[in-house]
Amino acid sequence: MTNEALIAAITGIDAEAQTLTGPQFVETTVPLAGFHAFMKKIKEDPALLFDYLICVTGVDKAENLQMVYHLESTTHKHLLVVKVHSADRVNPVIPSVADLWPTSEFHEREAFDLLGITFSNHPDLRRMFLDDNWGYPLRKDYKDDIHIVSR
Amino acid sequence: MDELKEVMIANDEIRTDEYLINMGPQHPSTHGVLRLLVQLEGEIVHNVQPHIGYIHSGIEKMAESLSYPQLGHLTDRMDYLSAIQNTEAVALCVENALQVEVPERVKYIRTIMAELSRLASHQLWWCVMGMDMGALTTFFYGLRDREDILDIFEETCGARLTLNYNIPGGVMFDIYPNFQRDVKAFIKKFKTKLPEYERLLSGNVIFTERTKGVAYLSKEDAIAWGVTGPTARASGFECDLRKHRPYSAYDKVQFKEILSDVGDTYTRYQVRMAEMWESISIIEQLIDNIPEGDFALKMKGVVKLPEGEFYQRVETARGEFGVFIVSDGKKNPYRVKFRSPGFSNLFAINHIAKGWKIADLVAIMSTFDLVIPDIDR
Repeated sequence: MTNEALIAAITGIDAEAQTLTGPQFVETTVPLAGFHAFMKKIKEDPALLFDYLICVTGVDKAENLQMVYHLESTTHKHLLVVKVHSADRVNPVIPSVADLWPTSEFHEREAFDLLGITFSNHPDLRRMFLDDNWGYPLRKDYKDDIHIVSR
Repeated sequence: MDELKEVMIANDEIRTDEYLINMGPQHPSTHGVLRLLVQLEGEIVHNVQPHIGYIHSGIEKMAESLSYPQLGHLTDRMDYLSAIQNTEAVALCVENALQVEVPERVKYIRTIMAELSRLASHQLWWCVMGMDMGALTTFFYGLRDREDILDIFEETCGARLTLNYNIPGGVMFDIYPNFQRDVKAFIKKFKTKLPEYERLLSGNVIFTERTKGVAYLSKEDAIAWGVTGPTARASGFECDLRKHRPYSAYDKVQFKEILSDVGDTYTRYQVRMAEMWESISIIEQLIDNIPEGDFALKMKGVVKLPEGEFYQRVETARGEFGVFIVSDGKKNPYRVKFRSPGFSNLFAINHIAKGWKIADLVAIMSTFDLVIPDIDR
């Protein structure tokens, strides 16, 4: 599928999704409310079939916390980047997609551990690498006076 | 048998209870500090919960305070058996972001070094797999032959494991004058050793009985769990990025993507053995044709990436390795994510090992070829 057709198909699913052709991939930013329905649709739509979730990344964008999903279709070989963000920094909640792609269960646990993003409907949301009392080190406002010496 | 068991349970003659055991963190077959919490009934595995983080070193956090040329030195230490491919991913990502084209010579050298590294990694996997299954001879054979590759690495860049060889814009040093001669001598020798490997382990009755028809992974499950590399190709998932999204000099060589639709432990073993022949073939096609030219571009002292997001995927010996850089235009990245193949592969183990014996779990972990720093990062 060409980039233009891909953008048209995505806009057809969620009219509020802001889609653009990046230097490498087609990137789309989806509003939080329709996020899970959107992901379900792009996975199951026979024209899109994004069945392979490559990478899930949490990014602290200062004004909000963002999740970035890199997806590939093993049938059609096209790629898509989906972004969703939560403006609430104190108690960020993003719907889990572990029911669609089992691999995301663990990538989401990693994001919960390092960025403190909570995933609703996640089957097993626990800290992964760090202790329960630890802060969220990948947040930009993270301060650790004991372990990090800043110069 | 089941009826007898039920009668015995009813008469209170035997009792079966599920119990939990810790496999690791200091277990030889976990190849590092990985702890598996295994739920067992007798010998049957009911559930496997991997507990990771024992050697979590916060590489992604550290990367935020480093410059781009320094990033490669950290990625070397993640999957230390695929050090070349990891640094290649970072170098390619930075080069793509800056839109610079490296000289042809660099592409050839990178590809040859990556395939040598893949051979060394598969050799270590093979010898450790044998050892996990109780065959100690393979360990000596594999390490003996791996030494030749490490000697070539040492002669090229002074290091044997964490090579720091690929840098943004090229490679750290040019190949040494006798590089081609040494690589060809190694290939000639290794071609006689690979059939020896096959004779030693592939046809061994104990080995085949323990691996054939054990622990299936279907293609759909491999995709859903994000399993990549030889592990997924044994299930028929066409995921070889060298073939489907070629980088460096992989578009200039002919090689086969090894695929199978069986997906059991023995097939995962066979796929890696066959991949070694393909790596040999790739090196043979390139080694005599390395073009003349510079081994690195002249880069600025301080590398600054334009604002934006950049992603690069490469095929390491374990599967798909990805680098995701979010840049805000400064000399160090705003956020770096490493998509490591071991991380995704590891969590498919619970799905595969359910219902098999605990001794099979050791074989499954061997064919997944886990490297723990790659998982913990």
